[in-house]
Amino acid sequence: MSDFVNDFWNMYVIVIVVASILACAILLMVQGKATFTPGKTMGHVWDETLEEYNNPMPKWWSWMFIITVVFSAGYLVLFPGLGSFPGLLGWTSAKQHQAEVEAMDKAVKPTFDAYLATDLKTLAGNPQAMETGKRLFQTYCMQCHGADARGAKGFPNLTDNDWLYGGAPEQIKETIANGRMGVMPSHERLGAETIQDLVNYVRSLSGLPNTDAGRVARGKVAFTENACSTCHGENGTGSLSVENMEGVGAPNLTDTVWLYGGSEAAVTETITQGRQAKMPAWQEFLGDAKIHLLSAYVLSLSQGK
Amino acid sequence: MSGTQTTYNDKVVRQFTVMTVIWGIVGMLVGVIIAAQLVWPEATNIAFLHFGRLRPLHTNAVIFAFGGCALFATSYWCVQRTCQTRLWGGPLIPFTFWGWQLIILLAAVSLPLGFTTGKEYAELEWPVDILIALVWVSYGIVFFGTIVKRTVSHVYVANWFFGAMIVAVALLHVVNSAEMPYSLTGSFSAYAGVQDAMIQWWYGHNAVGFFLTAGFLGMMYYFVPKQAGRPVYSYRLSVVHFWALIFTYMWAGPHHLHYTALPDWAQSIGMLFSLILLAPSWGGMINGIMTLSGAWHKLRDDPILKFLITSLSFYGMSTFEGPMMSIKTVNALSHYTDWTVGHVHSGALGWVAMVSIGSLYYLIPRLYGKKEMFSTSLVTTHFWIATIGTVLYIASMWIAGVMQGLMWRAANADGTLAYSFVESVKVSYPYWFVRWLGGTLFLVGMLIMAYNMFKTMAGGKTAPVVVPAAAANHA
Repeated sequence: MSDFVNDFWNMYVIVIVVASILACAILLMVQGKATFTPGKTMGHVWDETLEEYNNPMPKWWSWMFIITVVFSAGYLVLFPGLGSFPGLLGWTSAKQHQAEVEAMDKAVKPTFDAYLATDLKTLAGNPQAMETGKRLFQTYCMQCHGADARGAKGFPNLTDNDWLYGGAPEQIKETIANGRMGVMPSHERLGAETIQDLVNYVRSLSGLPNTDAGRVARGKVAFTENACSTCHGENGTGSLSVENMEGVGAPNLTDTVWLYGGSEAAVTETITQGRQAKMPAWQEFLGDAKIHLLSAYVLSLSQGK
Repeated sequence: MSGTQTTYNDKVVRQFTVMTVIWGIVGMLVGVIIAAQLVWPEATNIAFLHFGRLRPLHTNAVIFAFGGCALFATSYWCVQRTCQTRLWGGPLIPFTFWGWQLIILLAAVSLPLGFTTGKEYAELEWPVDILIALVWVSYGIVFFGTIVKRTVSHVYVANWFFGAMIVAVALLHVVNSAEMPYSLTGSFSAYAGVQDAMIQWWYGHNAVGFFLTAGFLGMMYYFVPKQAGRPVYSYRLSVVHFWALIFTYMWAGPHHLHYTALPDWAQSIGMLFSLILLAPSWGGMINGIMTLSGAWHKLRDDPILKFLITSLSFYGMSTFEGPMMSIKTVNALSHYTDWTVGHVHSGALGWVAMVSIGSLYYLIPRLYGKKEMFSTSLVTTHFWIATIGTVLYIASMWIAGVMQGLMWRAANADGTLAYSFVESVKVSYPYWFVRWLGGTLFLVGMLIMAYNMFKTMAGGKTAPVVVPAAAANHA
C-alpha cells in the first residue's frame, strides 16, 4: 500500500530528493573547476584583517563527498526512498522483522512445544524450563511484581503462597492468560464513624494491636450490615472461601498479608476511597507456550511454602 | 555620515556576552543536578525538581539561553564589523535582548512547574512560542537590515551562516510549534501520530543543524581567522560546504525515527542525507583548522586558539559520529542508549560550548577597553578543565551506551532476553558517576570564566568604537 494520499506527494518527494542530491554533485563539479591561486587571497578585506585564501578544496575531501553522493544514489535504486518506488531488492523493515521473528520462532519451537505438552506441576520441577521461565518473568512481569517476584503496594507478592484468585496451576494460568480486575468499591457514604469501626474490626481479625474493643464490636455488625461479607466472606476469610466468588479477588482479611498496607491510615483509605487493581491479559501477546511456562514458573515460586 | 562619526552598537553585545556566561552556569548546573539524580535517585524527592521537569530545563537553558545569547552576542559583533556599519533596527535591538531574557525566565519558571508541550527542545507552551517568534523575527530584521546597510560590497562568509541560521530557525519554530491552545498554559499539537513525530524531528534535527551547527560555524568563521591572524583557508570550500549543508540538512531528521512507524522511504532518506552531510560538515572543520596552517606555534601559548581549535576537533569528531549513527544497522545498536547522550554532548560541550567560550574570551577584553583578559593563565586552566570534563563525559557515555545496546539485544538460545532492563541500569551506575564528574568539571570551568570575566569588567571602559571608513579597508 502506498504511503501517499495521492501521486502528487509521491512525485514531490522524488523530485526534491533527486534535485538535492544532484545539486550537491553539480555544486562540487562547478566549484571544483574554478580557477585557484593557492596561497593568494581573494582580494577582499573585512574588519581590517579578515581575508580568504583562494585555495582549492582538498582532493580527499572532494572524493569523500563524491563517494557519499554515489552511495546514496545506488541505495535509492536498491532500497525504498524515492517516494512509493519500493527499490529493486524489495526490502521493507516489516519484512525484515517478520523474517527474524519467524527464524527465532522456528528455532525454539521444538523446546517450547515440549514444555507445552508437560503438565504445570512437572514443568515447575524442570530446572532448564524454570531458567527460561525466570527470564520471561524478568522481561514481562518484573515491572509490577519486582525482580524477586515479591510484589509492591497494590501488586501481589507471588512467593508467599497467599492467593487472591487461587494458587492451583490452572487458576494461575487463567490469571496470566486472561487477566484479572480487582475492585474494592468506595465506602465514603458510610461516614467516618462507621468506617473507623470497620477499620478496627478488620485490623482485629489479623490480630493487629491498638484496636478499640467497642469499635471492634460495632465494626463486626457493620461488616455484615454493609455487605462487606458478600465478597470478603462472613468471617472475612476472602472471596476464595465463598462459593462461586473465586473470580472476585477480595482478599482474606484474617491473615497478615496486606496488599495496600495494614496500618490504620492505609485501611481507612482503602475502605473510604476503594481500590482498583488490574492484571493485564497476556494470552494474545505471549501465546500458549510462554503463558504455560510463566504459569509453571509462578507456581514454582511458592512451592514448599 | 554628515560630519558626525558613526559608532558600533556594542552595548547589546556586552549585554548578551555577560548573560551567555550567567546562563551557561545556570544551564550546566541544572545538567549537573540531573546527572547526580541518575546516580543518587533518592536525593531530590520534590515534584518540581523531578528529572522529567529539570531535564527540559537543562536542554532549553544550555541550547537557547547559553547558546542563544552566545549567538546573539557574536553575530551582532560580527555583522557590524564585517559590514562596517552600525547595527540597524533601533528599538528592535534592545527588544531582542530583553525579549530573549524574558523567554528564558518564563522557561525557567514554567518547565519546573510542569507546563510542557512534550516536544523535545520545543517544550515551551504557546504564549512563550509566540514571544519566541516575535523576538526571532526582530532578530532577523536587525541582522538583515544591517547587511543591507553594509558599506563593503561582499557579504562575509560568517554572515551567510548566521543568516541561514536565522531564516531556518524561524521556519522550523513556526511550523513545529503550530498548536491549538485550550488554556493559557496548555495546547494540543496541530499534527497527529507519525506526522507529528516526523515534524518534531525535522525541527529537532535542524535545531541541531542550523542553530547548533550553522550559527556556531558563523562564529568560527569570524573568530578563528581573527584570533589566528591568518586568512580563511579556502573561499571555495566555504561556498561548497555552505550550500551543501543547506541542500541536505533539512532531510536528516528521520534518522531520529529509525525502526519506528515512520515509512521506510522516509527512514532511508533520513539516513542517506545524514551520510551526505559528512563531507559538508567536515568542510567547516577543515576550513577552520587549516586556517591555522603556517601558524601552528600559536596554539602553544594562546589559550583562546586552544579553545577554538579543540572545538573544531570535537566538531569533526561528532559530525563523523553522527552520520555513522544514522546508518540503520548502527542505529539499531545505539538508539535509546547513552551513546546518543554522549554524541550530543561531544557536540554540545566539545563544539558549541568551547567555540563560544573561545569567542567570548576574544570579545570580553575588547568590549571593556582592555587588551586581554584579567588572567590569561585562568583561561588556560579553564581550557584544560573543560577538555578533561568533556573527555570524561563522552568516554563514559560511549562505554555505557554500547554496553546498554549490547545487553538489550543479547538473547539466549531459547529466544528469551539475556538481561532484564534493570540489569543494564545497574551496570551503568559507575559510568553515570564519571559522567557527573565530567559535567561538574565543565561547570567549574564556567565558574572560573565568570570570575575572570567580572575581574576583567571591573574598572573597564566602555568607550564607543568608531566605524572605520569602508574604502580605506577595501582592497
